[in-house]
Amino acid sequence: MIEPLVLPVERYLVPSLPDVWFGAVMFALAMYIVLDGFDFGIGMLYATREDEAERETMLAAFGPVWDANEVWLVAFGTMLLAAFPDVYSRLLADNYLIALGFVLALLFRGVGPELREQHEDERWQRVCDRSFVAGSTLAPLLFGVLAGSWVFDAPALSAPALLTGIGLVAVSAVTGAAFVAAKTAPSLAGDMRDLGVLGTLAYLLGVVVLLSVVVWTDAGGTAETVLSGPGIVIVGLSVVAGLGGVVLALRDRYRAWLASALALPALLSALVALLLYPTIYPATGLTVSDAVVSPLALNLTTVLGFPVLLLVLWYFKFLYGVFSGPIEGEGYGA
Amino acid sequence: MDGWALFLPAEFASRAQFGWTISVHILFASLSVGLAPFIVYFTWKEIRTDDDRFARLRSFWLKVFAAGFVMGTVTGIPMSFQFGTNFPGFSAVAGELIGGPLAFEAKMAFFLEAVFLGVLLFGRERVSDRTYFLSSVLVGFGAWLSGFWILVVNAWMQTPQGFEMITRNGMEVAQLTDPIAAFFTPRLTWMYVHMVNAAVISVALLVAGVAAYIVWKKSDAKAWKTALKIAVVLLIVTAPLQALHGDAYARHVEDTQPQKFAAMEGHYETGPADLHLFAIPTELSALTDPRADNLFAISLPRVGSFLASGGDFDAVVTGLDEYEENPPVALVFWSFRFMVGLGFLFIGLAFWGGYLIYRNRLPDSSRYLKAMIAASPLGFAALLTGWYVTEIGRQPWVIQDVLTTSEAASSTLSSTAATLTLGAFVVVYIGLILAALYVLRWLIEDELRDLGVTASTGDRWHGPLPGVSDDD
Repeated sequence: MIEPLVLPVERYLVPSLPDVWFGAVMFALAMYIVLDGFDFGIGMLYATREDEAERETMLAAFGPVWDANEVWLVAFGTMLLAAFPDVYSRLLADNYLIALGFVLALLFRGVGPELREQHEDERWQRVCDRSFVAGSTLAPLLFGVLAGSWVFDAPALSAPALLTGIGLVAVSAVTGAAFVAAKTAPSLAGDMRDLGVLGTLAYLLGVVVLLSVVVWTDAGGTAETVLSGPGIVIVGLSVVAGLGGVVLALRDRYRAWLASALALPALLSALVALLLYPTIYPATGLTVSDAVVSPLALNLTTVLGFPVLLLVLWYFKFLYGVFSGPIEGEGYGA
Repeated sequence: MDGWALFLPAEFASRAQFGWTISVHILFASLSVGLAPFIVYFTWKEIRTDDDRFARLRSFWLKVFAAGFVMGTVTGIPMSFQFGTNFPGFSAVAGELIGGPLAFEAKMAFFLEAVFLGVLLFGRERVSDRTYFLSSVLVGFGAWLSGFWILVVNAWMQTPQGFEMITRNGMEVAQLTDPIAAFFTPRLTWMYVHMVNAAVISVALLVAGVAAYIVWKKSDAKAWKTALKIAVVLLIVTAPLQALHGDAYARHVEDTQPQKFAAMEGHYETGPADLHLFAIPTELSALTDPRADNLFAISLPRVGSFLASGGDFDAVVTGLDEYEENPPVALVFWSFRFMVGLGFLFIGLAFWGGYLIYRNRLPDSSRYLKAMIAASPLGFAALLTGWYVTEIGRQPWVIQDVLTTSEAASSTLSSTAATLTLGAFVVVYIGLILAALYVLRWLIEDELRDLGVTASTGDRWHGPLPGVSDDD
């Protein structure tokens, strides 16, 4: 056969390429829970608003970016499939109801705001609002449960999995509050600040409880890693970012608060990556090097995919640049 | 009562669920692909000519595109999830071959579409005309590129190559050996051309139907007369092309997937094949078992051989009796006839419209307007049945001659869980389709209100409009 694109067939471009890919998959996961996380948060906090103008403002913050943010889930899933197909198939097959419940929650979250704008009718809009709020709450809960089951090799209805789900809900609420506060008028921002502060404290408490349970029961054999140097650093940084965010929020420095709030889900993904490496599927003990695809396939997706990933990051810079600054109350619709 | 009565067998429920969810998803995905060139064209004309007809059309169809894109996203994500939840054997065996293209789809196409659609929907006042137009091109390009990578995967499942089977973690899996062969399989260009063209035809019929309805209600709606004409002109090009291309495509299927071809033609015994131009069942059993004996068919003797071989009336066409396990022949046979029949109907509608354009009477013929309104969903019906031929016709294989669908299905899935999610998807997606239809209806009502048509103009379906002749 021809040597296409002069790619090595028998060996990886660099020996550590499988580990690089593990990092890339975890990066996509982090992008997803950071970016779609604040979308979920907006959806949850939306339930606390009665005033139509405030609701419109929140939808205007959500509208231009959520769909692009959600694509990071697809990027995460397909990169996992491309590099570690056995993990992809096992993870989803073993968590059937949670995984499909999650995609249905995403469906309700996505269509709610889109349909709401199409028809001026109070009852219709109430239905759409419920779809938006319920989807935005259930999606991070179920995704967190899925991640918890994965990392801690625990059933869905177990303390580690459920606490991970609740943690993801809380951290999403925090970033959502910070995002809305950074983009809106003082009255709404003040309420967001109060809710965000409560959320941060709840999240930090949740992390402490979760990790105590994990260490206590040695769930998925992760106790040692949690108590290792990097584990303690990540937890410490989370506390610093959380409490620092609270201080910034209370001083009404919302943009700075947003920056430190977004660090929380990023650190949570870092913790997931730390706990999964190198045993990428704890339930079967499959490691990164067991599960990775053959050199040619991985080399190809690296050469074709990584440059595009950089381009995608530029798209996001452009998108958030266009829609930077405060909301001008333009609503959701086109 | 045993479990059977309450819950479906897990594998059957998985198949039904995948079939149902992909059927709904492909409608929204094709809407994006087919509408993309319209959006680009309307945006271009709006910016270049400052003509408010195009601003109106751009704004209307962009709303349809946005709603369709959201529904395409939320129904698309369950598709890739089901590769793991319901058919983990498929992703484990073929992951190395399909994972790359699916990841490229997300990174190269889906992001492009989603990011620049945000700009297109919310950024009209925030970016320059040039950036705005460029955004429309990128969204359209993203939609077409997305379809390309998805069809790279599907074409590989029809005519797989560029791999060898190896053992990994105790399992027989496909290992990529030749990326160019694996990406550019024999089926790819056939499928891509046929699918993109089908999406454009479907959307052209939808645009024509909506335009016809609005012109019907408001005979001086200038923008919509323009839209009708554009859609009809597009159909004059695309509808005949689809038939010519489809004919050659069928021959390629006979070469590469003889079993599927035999199912399309209801050809059981190996030997010369007749071509059934037209078939209706003469007894009820023909609906489920379409054999020559129980069909009333207008057939051209041996033309099946002639077409399949490209010129030889005596060519031997492999029959279904040669195979141990066959696809559900009736579904494939009737889906194929339904698609082809509709294809010819579209050619007729296109030429009729061409004649009216030539006579300069296009928006005045109430008969034509009625026909186009009635035909507006039919492109999607043809597209769907075409996919049934492709996908059901490949059974029992999920990857032709490599992996059967049964082998790919989850062995750990309980029938309770499978039935539960199937039920949920059926209910939720029916709601989604109804919501999509209501959105279209509300958009049309808003448009009519905007054009000054009051809501209660009564039922005009049975009468001519003032100033509209009824003679064509």
